[in-house]
Amino acid sequence: MDWQPLLLTFKLALITTLLLLLISIPIAYWLAYTKSKIKPILETLVSMPLVLPPTVLGFYLLVAFSPSNTFGGWLNDYLGIRLIFSFKGLVFASILYSLPFMVHPIQAGFSKVSSSIIEASYVLGKSKTTTLFKILLPNIKPSVLTGIILAFAHTIGEFGVVLMIGGNMPGKTKVASIAIYDEVEALNYDVANWYSLVLFGITFSILLIVYLVNGGYLKRFWR
Amino acid sequence: MIHIALQKKLTAVQGDILLDINIDIDQGDLITIYGDSGAGKTSILKMMAGLLQADKGCIICNRNTWLDTEKGICLKPQQRKIGFVFQDYALFPNMTVKENLFYALEKRQSKKIIDELIDIIELGDLQDRKPQKLSGGQKQRVALARALVRKPEILMLDEPLSALDNKMRAKLQDYILKVHKQYNLTTLLISHEISEVIKMSDIVCIIENGKIVKQGSPIGIFTTKQVSGKFQFSGEIVHIEKEDVIYIVTILIGTNFVKTIAEATEIQTMSIGDKVIVASKAFNPLIQKVN
Repeated sequence: MDWQPLLLTFKLALITTLLLLLISIPIAYWLAYTKSKIKPILETLVSMPLVLPPTVLGFYLLVAFSPSNTFGGWLNDYLGIRLIFSFKGLVFASILYSLPFMVHPIQAGFSKVSSSIIEASYVLGKSKTTTLFKILLPNIKPSVLTGIILAFAHTIGEFGVVLMIGGNMPGKTKVASIAIYDEVEALNYDVANWYSLVLFGITFSILLIVYLVNGGYLKRFWR
Repeated sequence: MIHIALQKKLTAVQGDILLDINIDIDQGDLITIYGDSGAGKTSILKMMAGLLQADKGCIICNRNTWLDTEKGICLKPQQRKIGFVFQDYALFPNMTVKENLFYALEKRQSKKIIDELIDIIELGDLQDRKPQKLSGGQKQRVALARALVRKPEILMLDEPLSALDNKMRAKLQDYILKVHKQYNLTTLLISHEISEVIKMSDIVCIIENGKIVKQGSPIGIFTTKQVSGKFQFSGEIVHIEKEDVIYIVTILIGTNFVKTIAEATEIQTMSIGDKVIVASKAFNPLIQKVN
C-alpha cells in the first residue's frame, strides 16, 4: 500500500484547519455580534457548502480558476498562482468547503457568552481585541475545539470538490478518498479496504477525543 | 459634580415608556435610584456607562463631557472612568479572583491597589479560586473589588444585593459603605428595598415609568407624614384581619413578621402589598437580651 495519499490527506487537512481557524474567528465574531442587515446573506453563503453538492462548488472553482478564463488567467499570469490541479487549489477549495464546520460552532460559542461579561470588560477599559483574546476565546474553548476537529475531519472526508478541482495526481492532489475510489475502479479491493480502515480509525478517534474532552470525561479521569 | 440628563424610548413589557431623567450628583454622595422593575433603572446605568445609546441627553462628569448628543460627543465605555457592578456579577469564568482583579489594571498602574482591595474587602482566602467555586456574596465582593481597581470617578451598582440573603446583604452593604467612604467615591446604587435605601444613601431618586417622581433624603421621602418616631422600620403589609372594632395588620419587616393594630379609618388607605413604615415613640420599649 502506498502511504502517500494518506499523508497528503492529513497535510491538506492540517493546513486547511489552521487557515480556517484564522479566517473563521473574525467571521464568527462578526456574525455573532453584528446587527447589520446583510447578516442573513452572509450566513447563508457560509452555510451553502452544507447543502450544495461538492461537485457544484468544485465545478465553479474549476471554471473560475482555469487559466483559459479571465480570472484564472490573471492569477496565472500576474501572480503565478495556479489553483487547478495543484495542492494550493485543494487547500483553497477545502477552506470554502469546510467553512461552515468551523464558523458555526465558534459563532454559537460567541453567542452563548453572557453579554454582561463582555460589557464588564469594556467598562474596565479593555478594547474589543483584548476582550476577544483574553475573555471571549478562553471562555469558548470547547466550541473552538469542536470547530477545529469538525473542520479537520470534514476535510479528510471530502471527495467531490477535490476530484473536480484537483484531479488525481499522485503526490500532488491524490488524497486518500480519491485513492480509494481509484483502487476500487481498478478492482484492488484489498488496498481500498486498507485506506478505508485507516481513515475510519483515525476519524473515529478524532471525534471520540472531542466528545471526551468536551464532555469533561478526561478531566474527571485525570483528577 | 456629575450632571446627567438622558432621554430614551424604552420598550418594556407594559409597552413603550419614555425615559426622561435629570440628576445632579455631588462628589462623594451615595445616591440611590429606587423604583419598580421595568421602570428604566438599569437603562440609566447602561447609558451612563456608554453600553446603551441615549436618544438625547448629556452626561458631564467632573467637567469632562462623556455624552452630548447635540454636539455629537459620545465617549466609548472604555474612555469613561466608571466602576460597574453587574446584577449577575459578570466575573470572568476563565480567571481566578486575583486574575480578575489584575485584568482590571490599567497599563502602568501600580499593583498596590490590588493588595489594598484584597485587604479591605477581605478576599485573601479566595484569591486563587475560580468564580465557579464562590458563593453569591463572595462573587459580589470580587465584582465590587474589580470595579474599584481603576479608581473610578463614579461607582455604579445595579441591584448588587438582590440575589443575596439578608445576612449576606447587610454585610455587603457595609463593604460598599466602607469603600465608598475610604475612596471618597461618588456612588450610584440601584435598589428596590426601602430599608437598604434608607441605610445606604444620602439621596434617593424615586423613578416611575421612566420619570423621577421624587428626589431627596430617604427618610424625608419615605415618611410622607412627619413622624417623630424613635423606632422606625419599613416593611410590607402581608395580611389585614378584622377583629371586633379594630384591624390587625401583619407587616413583613426584613424577615420578621410584626403584628400591629390599625383603626378602620387608617385601613381604608391601606391594602396588602403596600409599603409602610412602622414607627413607635420610646414610651415603654421592652429590651431583652438575646443570645
